[in-house]
Amino acid sequence: MSWTSAFAPVLPEIWLAAAAMALLLLGVFQKEDPFARISRLAVGALAVTFVLVVGRDDGRVAAFDGLFVVDEFARFMKGLVLIGSALAIVLAEDWLVKERAQRFEYPVLVLLATVGMMAMISANDLVSLYVGLELQSMALYVLAAFQRDAVRSTEAGLKYFVLGALASGMLLYGASLLYGFTGTTGFEPMAARLREANQLPLGALIGMAFLIAGLAFKVSAVPFHMWTPDVYEGAPTPVTAFFAFTPKIAAMALFMRTMMTPFGDIGPAWQQILVVLSIASMGLGAYAAIGQDNIKRLMAYSSIGHVGYALVGLTAGTGEGLRGVAIYLAIYLAMNAGAFAIILGMRRRGQAVEEIPELAGLAKTEPLTAAGLAVLLFSLAGVPPMAGFFGKFYVFMAAVNAGLFVLAVLGVLASVVGAFYYLRIVKLMYFDPPAEPFERPMPGAVGAVAAASALFTLLFFAWPAPLVAGAEAAAQALLRLP
Amino acid sequence: MLYGLIVFLPLIAAIVAGFGGRALGDRGAQVVTCGALIVSALLSGVAFYQVAWKGQPVTVELLTWIDSGAFDVMWSLRIDQLTAVMLVVVTWVSAVVHVYSVGYMAHDPHIPRFMAYLSLFTFAMLMLVTSDNFVQLYFGWEGVGLASYLLIGFWYHKPSANAAAIKAFVVNRIGDFGFGLGICGVFLVFGTVEFDPVFQTAPGFAGKTFEFLGMKLDMLTVICLLLFMGAMGKSAQVPLHTWLPDAMEGPTPVSALIHAATMVTAGVFLVARCSPLFEYAPDALAVVACIGAFTAFFAATVGLCQNDIKRVIAYSTCSQLGYMFFAAGLSAYAAAIFHLFTHAFFKALLFLGSGSVIHGMSGEQDMRRMGGLLAPLKITYVLMWIGSLALAGVPLFAGYYSKDAIVETAFMAGGKLGSFAFVMGVAAAFMTAFYSWRLLFMTFHGQNRHPDRHVIEHAHESPAVMLVPLYVLAAGSIFAGALFAQAFIGEGSPIFGASILVLPGHDALAQAHHAPLWVKLAPVAVGLAGIALAWWMYVRRPDLPGKLAAMHGDAHRFLLNKWYFDELYDALFVRPAKWLGHALWKRGDGKVIDGLGPDGIAALTLDIAKRATRLQTGYVYHYAFAMLIGVALLVSWYLYRGGM
Repeated sequence: MSWTSAFAPVLPEIWLAAAAMALLLLGVFQKEDPFARISRLAVGALAVTFVLVVGRDDGRVAAFDGLFVVDEFARFMKGLVLIGSALAIVLAEDWLVKERAQRFEYPVLVLLATVGMMAMISANDLVSLYVGLELQSMALYVLAAFQRDAVRSTEAGLKYFVLGALASGMLLYGASLLYGFTGTTGFEPMAARLREANQLPLGALIGMAFLIAGLAFKVSAVPFHMWTPDVYEGAPTPVTAFFAFTPKIAAMALFMRTMMTPFGDIGPAWQQILVVLSIASMGLGAYAAIGQDNIKRLMAYSSIGHVGYALVGLTAGTGEGLRGVAIYLAIYLAMNAGAFAIILGMRRRGQAVEEIPELAGLAKTEPLTAAGLAVLLFSLAGVPPMAGFFGKFYVFMAAVNAGLFVLAVLGVLASVVGAFYYLRIVKLMYFDPPAEPFERPMPGAVGAVAAASALFTLLFFAWPAPLVAGAEAAAQALLRLP
Repeated sequence: MLYGLIVFLPLIAAIVAGFGGRALGDRGAQVVTCGALIVSALLSGVAFYQVAWKGQPVTVELLTWIDSGAFDVMWSLRIDQLTAVMLVVVTWVSAVVHVYSVGYMAHDPHIPRFMAYLSLFTFAMLMLVTSDNFVQLYFGWEGVGLASYLLIGFWYHKPSANAAAIKAFVVNRIGDFGFGLGICGVFLVFGTVEFDPVFQTAPGFAGKTFEFLGMKLDMLTVICLLLFMGAMGKSAQVPLHTWLPDAMEGPTPVSALIHAATMVTAGVFLVARCSPLFEYAPDALAVVACIGAFTAFFAATVGLCQNDIKRVIAYSTCSQLGYMFFAAGLSAYAAAIFHLFTHAFFKALLFLGSGSVIHGMSGEQDMRRMGGLLAPLKITYVLMWIGSLALAGVPLFAGYYSKDAIVETAFMAGGKLGSFAFVMGVAAAFMTAFYSWRLLFMTFHGQNRHPDRHVIEHAHESPAVMLVPLYVLAAGSIFAGALFAQAFIGEGSPIFGASILVLPGHDALAQAHHAPLWVKLAPVAVGLAGIALAWWMYVRRPDLPGKLAAMHGDAHRFLLNKWYFDELYDALFVRPAKWLGHALWKRGDGKVIDGLGPDGIAALTLDIAKRATRLQTGYVYHYAFAMLIGVALLVSWYLYRGGM
């Protein structure tokens, strides 16, 4: 194997890491405010990475002795993550400028986090898993505290860091137990050991439980979700948006590969745990969001609930279920991008506002924005024919076909309760006396993102085939164990 | 095409006038509906000639309606002799009433709506009489029920009109429930709802039984009784008659068209149409005869004491329908339909005449406040005389031929049932004559007793647009009997052909011509006696009725209060139902279902939401603790399970 071909599968990651470092240098050496230019360049770098990722079509390729793997699943998820990162930079630009926080490190940190996420998605070994996870997390901790002169932002960063460290500790402890009881860190050898063992070693199961705890923290599944509302509320809004729709996808992808590759044969062992996590997340997401007045906090609980729904598909563990999760994540990205675009547009008298009652009567002052947000909220609530309904539909169908009836029924019930708080906002916008209008015009890029995602969620039902086909290929790649 | 036009012209007119009424204006709506109905009436005349006179029944298939498994229903128009007669009755009376309404409703603000309802009713009634299967019949049946409801409650701002409309609807539902079950029974037994196959195979099912709650029941009898239940509701037979007098809350043309001439006779039509079934269910026929005879008598007694001019005629209608039913129950379907035919003319005449009186008296309906209208309403007076003579069965007038035939049939049928019907019929004939002339004398003779002088001075004859329709009906009331008696009920009567089946041995009608002379004279004699008595009591000795009522206070109150049927139903059904409804609403729905369901769940959800929010304390160590507990639970789960 030649030197170039050994590194070929990692090319997008290498390119992105190099781009991030180059942009960092560029920013430091530039005299005038480099923020806008670096942002654009970062989006460009992400676009190139996207082409590098999805442009290749060479099936499953492993690098570094199986530490790192690229397959259809990785391509699908990396595509989503790259789109999410680019959207996070696009949405942030105007907001950060207005809040006087337009430091060029923001796009660079997003790029570095993205490198970490891509490493996570392709991780095929406990070691590469941990390296990717930490690379991502370190960047995210800094991002959460990005408004370093704001108390809430620094508090959010600190909380996230402390709890993230705890979670990493658990994850590492689990990894060490797994290594101890199976004698390997590679996903595929580990799968083989577990398959061959007459009786599953209890230590390996406990190791897996710790590993799951660590991963559950990253996707913010109950009861490892506690950081989410505080960090979402405290972090600057563009960062919250980024947290909501990008690292979550990467972490979910990592979760999926970790469950399916090394532990694919002992599905029943982890299904029991995931059922509990999933039900608890759906339930808490639905109930706790009802009491919230801050829209970012509400979106935090909303994201907890959505992780619960996505976990339903993973729990099913079938091709159908994995496909459901992949579709769910794509739709979730679109819905959240739109919702956060509109939240970022909530400014009054030069200040960002985050309280839900501020949206009262939006239908009268801004009928178009209100209609877009209503579509997104209906979609988040899972009302047909919006995209969100199909996301839920695919995972619940998979659960039913896998015989997980209780899970599916509880999921549907939770989404009924959850519909309440989404619809409450719709009611507020359409039936309450109008509050003072927001600062307008909305920045072009933000408005475009909001409009595009609203249209996507509204019209998804008309042509779902491409997304479903991509998700199907991704799911099959994950199922085809070597 | 011809038949299609007859049926669908009124529908088109109803749609045009109903939805385009605003654009057309009052005059436009009147022209459209009246024009459509007059054309339809003329075409019906042609249809009557072709089908009934020449004896060529036809069936026009329109389209498939329901095709579900073995259940196959067509929309088709079945025009046989029976239908042709009904077509003529319905379209002619309807056309006349449409024209009359132009004058009667001239001051109403909702003329297009009224005309559209009338036309809609006519369409539904035509659908009913032209149906070729039970389901289509049911469609028409419910259609006329709907139109009747809409028209009784036409003056929706009057609470009494709304109450009457609801009452009519609910009471009819009871009958229709039976009717619906009857249709289900037909499908269950015969496997089809088309008339022809059902009627052809009916003899094979005669005497067959089925088990129900341990009882052996005759199939055809049960089916016929269920169907008759519908007829009882629609045709206001005891005990489902209570809605008809209240239905007089509707405008008078409605009373004439729906509650005298056409809709209420649908029950009679149904029994005649199903004669091939009823003929094989003699027990059901006996029930029909019994109920009919009793209703004829009962309604006549109530009619004696009513003071509202329209209510008197309403009870008269009820009574006459009783005649038709007992004729049908004695297998004299032809006589029943003939009476239906003549009755349509003179009863519509009486109603529209009373409408003319009400119109002249500025809306007054209480006969105790009338009198002395002879001078201002001469033409109406003459017309009411004609209607009353026909109703009382005075020779040469229409009612004489049909009613006499029925009474004679009852006598010749013999047996307990026939004798009962005969006695009831003659008694009712006496009372009919009495209350008809009581109405005439109280309304037109003596002094005007209205307390408002202005109304008396204002009393006036109706305009030509209201009188011309009355002339048409008067002509029918005089000549319809003499002209058609031979064709309908003459010996060897050919007109109904195969559309009505009478088994040998049930031919009391054919025997009627051989009744003894005293039987033939009895109805006329008692009729004249009734007229004489009315004259004696209300013209010669106007103080007598009051004295008589005082002497027999209980009897008078009993009749005045309609045998306390309404009070009985109120106590038996209405109040318990209200109590039950209230209890279910307040306790069942409000406390139990809402309390545990929507309200309870909502409260519980809020409670959980508050607790869930409180979990989020903001302290990092709480969060870390929660994570540790979480991982501890996960690990303990595996330890507890002891591996897999």
